[in-house]
Amino acid sequence: MYLYDDFDRTLVAERVREFRDQVGRRLSGELTEEEFKPLRLMNGVYLQLHAYMLRIAIPYGTLSSDQLRTLAHVARRYDRGYGHFTTRQNVQFNWIKLAELPDAMADLARAGLHGMQTSGNCVRNITTDQWAGVAPDEIEDARVWAELLRQHLTLHPEFSFLPRKFKIALTAAAHDRAAVKVHDIGLRLHRNGAGESGFEVIVGGGLGRTPFIGKVIKPFLGKRDLLSYVEAIMRVYNQYGRRDNIYKARMKILVHEIGVEKFAREVEEEWQSIRDGALTLEDAVVAGIAGRFRYPDYATLADDPPELAAARADARFRRWLGNSVANHRVAGHAIVTLSLKPVGGPPGDATAAQMDAIADLADRYSHGEIRVGHEQNLVLPHVAQRDLPTLWRALDTLGVATPNIGLVSDIIACPGLDYCSLANARSIPVAEEITRRFRDLDLAHGLGRLHINISGCINACGHHHIGHIGILGVEKNGEEFYQVTIGGRAGEDAELGKILGPAVPYDDVAGVVEDIAAAYLELRERPDEIFIDTVGRLGVEPFKERVYAAR
Amino acid sequence: MTSPLQQKLKLAGPAVVTANRLGDGAVIYRTGTGRWTTELAAAAVVSTTPAATELLAAAAADKLEAVDVYVAPVRLTAERHVLPGNLRERIRSGGPTVALPGTG
Repeated sequence: MYLYDDFDRTLVAERVREFRDQVGRRLSGELTEEEFKPLRLMNGVYLQLHAYMLRIAIPYGTLSSDQLRTLAHVARRYDRGYGHFTTRQNVQFNWIKLAELPDAMADLARAGLHGMQTSGNCVRNITTDQWAGVAPDEIEDARVWAELLRQHLTLHPEFSFLPRKFKIALTAAAHDRAAVKVHDIGLRLHRNGAGESGFEVIVGGGLGRTPFIGKVIKPFLGKRDLLSYVEAIMRVYNQYGRRDNIYKARMKILVHEIGVEKFAREVEEEWQSIRDGALTLEDAVVAGIAGRFRYPDYATLADDPPELAAARADARFRRWLGNSVANHRVAGHAIVTLSLKPVGGPPGDATAAQMDAIADLADRYSHGEIRVGHEQNLVLPHVAQRDLPTLWRALDTLGVATPNIGLVSDIIACPGLDYCSLANARSIPVAEEITRRFRDLDLAHGLGRLHINISGCINACGHHHIGHIGILGVEKNGEEFYQVTIGGRAGEDAELGKILGPAVPYDDVAGVVEDIAAAYLELRERPDEIFIDTVGRLGVEPFKERVYAAR
Repeated sequence: MTSPLQQKLKLAGPAVVTANRLGDGAVIYRTGTGRWTTELAAAAVVSTTPAATELLAAAAADKLEAVDVYVAPVRLTAERHVLPGNLRERIRSGGPTVALPGTG
């Protein structure tokens, strides 16, 4: 956990007082909606189809058990008893009342939570690997660098009114679990030939109506230069990014239009004028931030304890263990992913009762810490392997032990037209129906790794472009249709999916996914050739033939 | 998607004026007596562009109770019951089409 200091606490508390005043003036009529809207957006407050929505940042996806209890409290006291975890390590409450928002924010602030920079044309919540600090394949804890960036960029006056929103993601592991290549800036910590660690800097990635995979502009950036180099990128974007057309305003468009080479030259020129200045990260500064992260005092334990070996006799436990439990960097420990993707349920939602219970389990089994991943699941990052059987039973009772992590029913989906004022089509019921079709875990496990992403509009909050199967809702003559893509992927080999064929009506979507799955089972060379590799080998055509033959 | 607020007003059928209530974001409809109601059945239904323009202008002048005022399509049944005119409005009127967590 990162521990807030007095400065952090004061900043958040002052923002709550400020917002309380703004809400009061809006409700009295002193402020018009035109005046108030940008103020509420700066605090993560949207007006959705049938209520206000409050978005809370979970920086780098790390939550304490007390923070999760606070989210449960807000869900229960101010909302309708649940929250929605998003693809950007945020949580959203869908039914909050404007008049009660300041009180809700005050409660959140006491736990160090807030909605600052979760909306508006600023640097949004900086995201990273939900396994940061515990993953065996990481070089170091990426959250330290995410926190440095967060502190530097929070309320940064130069970057509070950018041409458009701005998203940064980091990874420090061999496998990219943070989808860094589809962010405005992606940072990948790695080692160079000399064994030094530094950042590969990737720019211009993003999804939405014009998707791009990010491009590398600096293969190796020394860590001490992180802030100055990011500042240089943002200055170039702030100067040249388009403000005349909202659809052309993201940095990915700028990078595409002027070309990555010219963009890189502009950044380099700007950087040379500010590098080695006040933004240089001296070791003591980095150590100061790193020192505010608290790591558990792990017990000395051996891998594969007798309790685990005995529990493996239970086939259900064995399946969960193989699916939802990952290796930890500390012997005798494990990383446990909690599935927020129940069969027939909305992806990423958790009730207040579940949040409270998970917080209790985190205290008992995970040193009081929970993580939130962009796949919309939760993680207990510090579990002793000997506790896994007991923990599994508790999670199973809570409904968050469905062993479907990374499988066809672990669907990433935006709220869609059931909540969102931008959406053209529904996402949640499509996801729910697909999970019902694949409720047979033998079938789901037989299909292996298969990621489905659903977005209810071209803004792509469900990241459909990088789903192995991507589903995009569109509207045609007042009816919902869905465009299906296959072959997309996140991670270090990120790729955008290719359109399978004509959009299909709402009632056909789950059937199309079934047809794609059946085609894959026929076409794969061997059982361990995962879906995305079969698509990579054969292309879209054989899938298209099978899906559209009967339509 | 073009927001309904930005659409040029041209009626193709019966319509109502709708908005979100400032205090809680709830969906509200303009009545024929210049008030707001949460009941679609109590909304003033207009069928011509001038009538819709007039109703919209009066509703939009209310800066204190309503936010994001716009004209939304409705359908009238044979019994003159008022129903939402498209899926978006059906969801605004009736809420999400899926069970809310904890209520299923």
